[in-house]
Amino acid sequence: MAKKQETGIITPEMAKIPAGPLEKKWTNYKDHQKLVNPANKRRLDVIVVGTGLAGASAAASLAEMGFNVLNFCIQDSPRRAHSIAAQGGINAAKNYQNDGDSVYRLYYDTIKGGDYRAREANVYRLAEVSNSIIDQCVAQGVPFAREYGGLLDNRSFGGAQVSRTFYAKGQTGQQLLLGAYSALSRQIGKGKVKMYTRHEMLDIVMINDENGEPRARGIIARNLTTGRIERFFGHAVVIASGGYGNTFFLSTNAMASNGSAAMQMYRHGAYFANPCYAQIHPTCIPKHGDFQSKLTLMSESLRNDGRIWVPKKLEDAQRLQRGEIKGRDIPEEDRDYYLERRYPAFGNLVPRDVASRAAKERCDAGYGVNNTGLAVFLDFSDAIQRLGKDVVEQKYGNLFQMYEKIVDENPYENPMMIFPAIHYTMGGIWVDYELQTSVKGLFCIGEANFSDHGANRLGASALMQGLADGYFVLPYTIQNYLADQIGVPRMSTDRPEFAAAEKAIDDKIQRLMAIQGKRSVDSIHKELGLVMWDFVGMGRTAESLKTAVEKIDAIKKEFWTNVYIPGTADSLNNELEKALRLADFIEIGKLMAIDALNREESCGGHFREEYQTEEGEALRQDDKFSYVACWKYTGEDTDPELIKEPLDYEFTERKTRNYKN
Amino acid sequence: MDQYINIKVRVWRQAGPKAQGHFETYELKNIFQGASFLEMMDILNEQLISEHKDPIAFDHDCREGICGMCSLYINGHPHGPDSAITTCQLHMRKFHDGETITIEPWRSHAFPVIKDLMVDRGAYDKIMQAGGFVSVNTGGVPDANAIPIPKAKADEAMDAASCIGCGACAAACKNGSAMLFVAAKVSQLALLPQGKVEAAKRAKAMVAKMDELGFGNCTNTGACAAECPKSVSLANIARLNREFICAKLSD
Amino acid sequence: MWLKDSSIGRKLVMSVTGLALVFFLLFHASMNIALIFSEDAYNWICRMLGANWYAIIGTLGLALLVLIHFVYALYLTILNRRARGNDRYAVTARQQGVDWNSKNMLVLGFIVLGFIVLHLVNFWSKMQFQELFGVKTGAFDPQNGAAYVKYLFSGIYDPAAVQEGVAFTPWASWVHPLYCVLYLVWLGAIWFHLTHGIWSALHTIGWSSNIWLKRIKVIGCIFATLIVLMFASVVVYYLGMYFGSLCA
Repeated sequence: MAKKQETGIITPEMAKIPAGPLEKKWTNYKDHQKLVNPANKRRLDVIVVGTGLAGASAAASLAEMGFNVLNFCIQDSPRRAHSIAAQGGINAAKNYQNDGDSVYRLYYDTIKGGDYRAREANVYRLAEVSNSIIDQCVAQGVPFAREYGGLLDNRSFGGAQVSRTFYAKGQTGQQLLLGAYSALSRQIGKGKVKMYTRHEMLDIVMINDENGEPRARGIIARNLTTGRIERFFGHAVVIASGGYGNTFFLSTNAMASNGSAAMQMYRHGAYFANPCYAQIHPTCIPKHGDFQSKLTLMSESLRNDGRIWVPKKLEDAQRLQRGEIKGRDIPEEDRDYYLERRYPAFGNLVPRDVASRAAKERCDAGYGVNNTGLAVFLDFSDAIQRLGKDVVEQKYGNLFQMYEKIVDENPYENPMMIFPAIHYTMGGIWVDYELQTSVKGLFCIGEANFSDHGANRLGASALMQGLADGYFVLPYTIQNYLADQIGVPRMSTDRPEFAAAEKAIDDKIQRLMAIQGKRSVDSIHKELGLVMWDFVGMGRTAESLKTAVEKIDAIKKEFWTNVYIPGTADSLNNELEKALRLADFIEIGKLMAIDALNREESCGGHFREEYQTEEGEALRQDDKFSYVACWKYTGEDTDPELIKEPLDYEFTERKTRNYKN
Repeated sequence: MDQYINIKVRVWRQAGPKAQGHFETYELKNIFQGASFLEMMDILNEQLISEHKDPIAFDHDCREGICGMCSLYINGHPHGPDSAITTCQLHMRKFHDGETITIEPWRSHAFPVIKDLMVDRGAYDKIMQAGGFVSVNTGGVPDANAIPIPKAKADEAMDAASCIGCGACAAACKNGSAMLFVAAKVSQLALLPQGKVEAAKRAKAMVAKMDELGFGNCTNTGACAAECPKSVSLANIARLNREFICAKLSD
Repeated sequence: MWLKDSSIGRKLVMSVTGLALVFFLLFHASMNIALIFSEDAYNWICRMLGANWYAIIGTLGLALLVLIHFVYALYLTILNRRARGNDRYAVTARQQGVDWNSKNMLVLGFIVLGFIVLHLVNFWSKMQFQELFGVKTGAFDPQNGAAYVKYLFSGIYDPAAVQEGVAFTPWASWVHPLYCVLYLVWLGAIWFHLTHGIWSALHTIGWSSNIWLKRIKVIGCIFATLIVLMFASVVVYYLGMYFGSLCA
């Protein structure tokens, strides 16, 4: 348990990082952690919020071990969590392709890809368990792509020079999630997991232990169908609620993805770590109108065979923008394959942050290729010539179909248009090596925590991390906590702590319902999104961030005085749900701006325009910012307090990321 | 080219599971055909909210055709008049100026309406809980490459596994049958050696649960596969039949 | 009992009884086709089948098949309507690739059944029934089925074939082509019923895959067409005779 000290520093001991050499840490940990015996497991209740890869795999694994699990999701079925939308694949250091891969190399690529802003021990553990994940999924019947010999196939992904990505067509996330969902379903069928669908957690209930220390002992959730507020007890609470990318309104996240669980943890004293690290995915379908509700991602795997370009001549770009010509009309010699030009070693497979910024750079210079000037081409004509249309169709057919349905243009004939969009948030709730937050008994896994991706996540690593946390890390580490809780009896939800938490929620809802202003929730959310994109987006400056803070404060005021929520609180009410989430997005937006302002360097997904090399690459300030920025809640209207977890790299030499040669 | 169109939408409104439902017609002006169908619904809801009316409740989430949350029976088709897509991938260019679009919820005994266009598809989860899994615990499994699986089988399993559990099959079926949904999962796992071990038990358990939950009997009309947003093949139903009948005969 | 209690079991019963009836139809049609080539051959077949014990068992079995097929069809329809729920769709559209007949099997079945009653009155009561119980229900000797069939459809008859002791008044002339048309309509309904029924039955017993699905649909269509053509050819043959007799 990390406690704030005078210095505001979190030491490796506080982060519970085991001693010993990097490759021995996880083994050492497992050899010495406390365990809970089977009879006692039955007496312990664990609440898991979320049913994505991390949540479902954790809930299933904990139940298999014998714990009683209460699992919550906001959708109508646990199978709908947004992990399902991940397309490309999942990394593992199997080295089935014999191309020199290893646990160390996966570790190294991940920590380098994250721009040296992740914790070494966590990343190594992630690489270590990656192989078990593939074994587990295959055993569950996940239909990964195979070679004709019957063995598993791999593809390559951005930021790596080996082929280590396992995939199931363009629906890897779906298949992995359905694997975890099937394991979860099995436990629900057995009665070991009690599943609550269409339930949204609105607060965590803290109860002081005999030493007066607060511990997470339950949650308050709203039944979205009936509007009823319900109370649930658990000896420990695990949050697997995903990322907060929807702060930007437009993102590749699902409509209901939100950051409210993170904010509830934060308000109870869990640190919010590196909120400014948000990943902009380079290959999304460009925005087409103000009514747009979300941005659709096209898998990064497309960059395996697709080549990204814009016209060399500005006048060609302008003609494209006016719709006078199509991409295919521009001759080869007039195309600027800018990624291949700038990064010869990695070419189109540079990490996401690099590819996104390069696209923005070209568009800012006026070379955008659609009517808004905010798009670049992703061209398959070479691949179609080289491999034949059939092969391309077999590999990417479903993605091409999806593109055509949305854009109404055939990507086999004319290059696709893509543009970066908010995709994933590397930042999240601070957790120690055991995935426990700075609040006792409160754990955070998957995208919701901050731990493994540093300042930028490599493609196909999110699925890996979610499942690593849920299947192979949390089920071990949580026992180290629960072993001390076996004497704690199940508590009644009639306790005053529960009543008080429910009362606070009720009050908040009543306050929102009472505003009866003039603006819809979405209209305010869109306004927030625009501020985020313009001022806390791909290129940030001290000035833009300060502006953002001011604007967000104004939006907050507007929201709390002028929002209109129809209907009643005690019935199904989508607008109320959205309003509760937006209230938190506004806070997160501000926190992102504050963190981005504090971090005076460029690293990974965080790009401060003041800190770049002459060639426009990110410029880290390792001497000053080699730390995890943990923000501690100090009150509704006061600025959060910064606590630092230094990242002293013991095992890896920090270099400037180089994807050029 | 995409244009701006004026449309009318005739929407099923139902206050709650027990309430009497009815249609209401709304007019929408200047809808861009490049907008998705659900974005049109968003615009309609914004309009209703601005008039202080109750917005229409409908299920949706990922808006990229994979979560299976969106439903809607549009102009007589689950997921609307386009093939191999979900409602969220349907675009307004499929409709023309002046058209009246009728939107209904999934109507099936096993999918009761919660509100307006939102239905309870919990029955599908219950079927999965009855046997839609391979009984392995976390850890202690063999190496992923220990069992080679012919590519053709793996690909066929993948095609079956692409089911998103949206319920369009049962919604489209005149018999309210969930056979395609059940068949997709039974097929996926029966095709793979990992799932083969308990294939007979699975087929029996899932079919029994499906029947218990009040889904209808399949009569092979093929409406399910025709309307399936993921084009899950009707042939899976034959495999389910085979698995089930063999399992029963060997009892 | 899973053949009653499980949805697939119930479908299996429909499938197996249906297929058995298809085989009966094929058998029946091959028998009828003999009429075109040789009335003697047809009469020989009639004698073979008449009131022999195996024909009686066959007939009872057949009746049982029809009964089971019918009862299960009603049972399934009731269950399926219940599964559809109380609220019906306001708009239903045709789905691409879904055949009209597949959604109207019960209606087609009723049409087929209605005609079966007519058919039993027309033929069975005058042939096997007469032989079994010795009641003279028809003007023609049951041993000479060909003469009766010919009379029914074409109006042409050999007075020598009329049974002794039966008062025989020929029907109005228009009755004969009307019967032809009625039987052709019936055959049409059977064709629609079978073009879905045969492949659906094979599908239900599990004899289908992505490749075989297309094949069994073709097989079903060929079988249905063959059976119906065989029956129809006899009717058309006699209808031709009828028109021939008008011209004569």
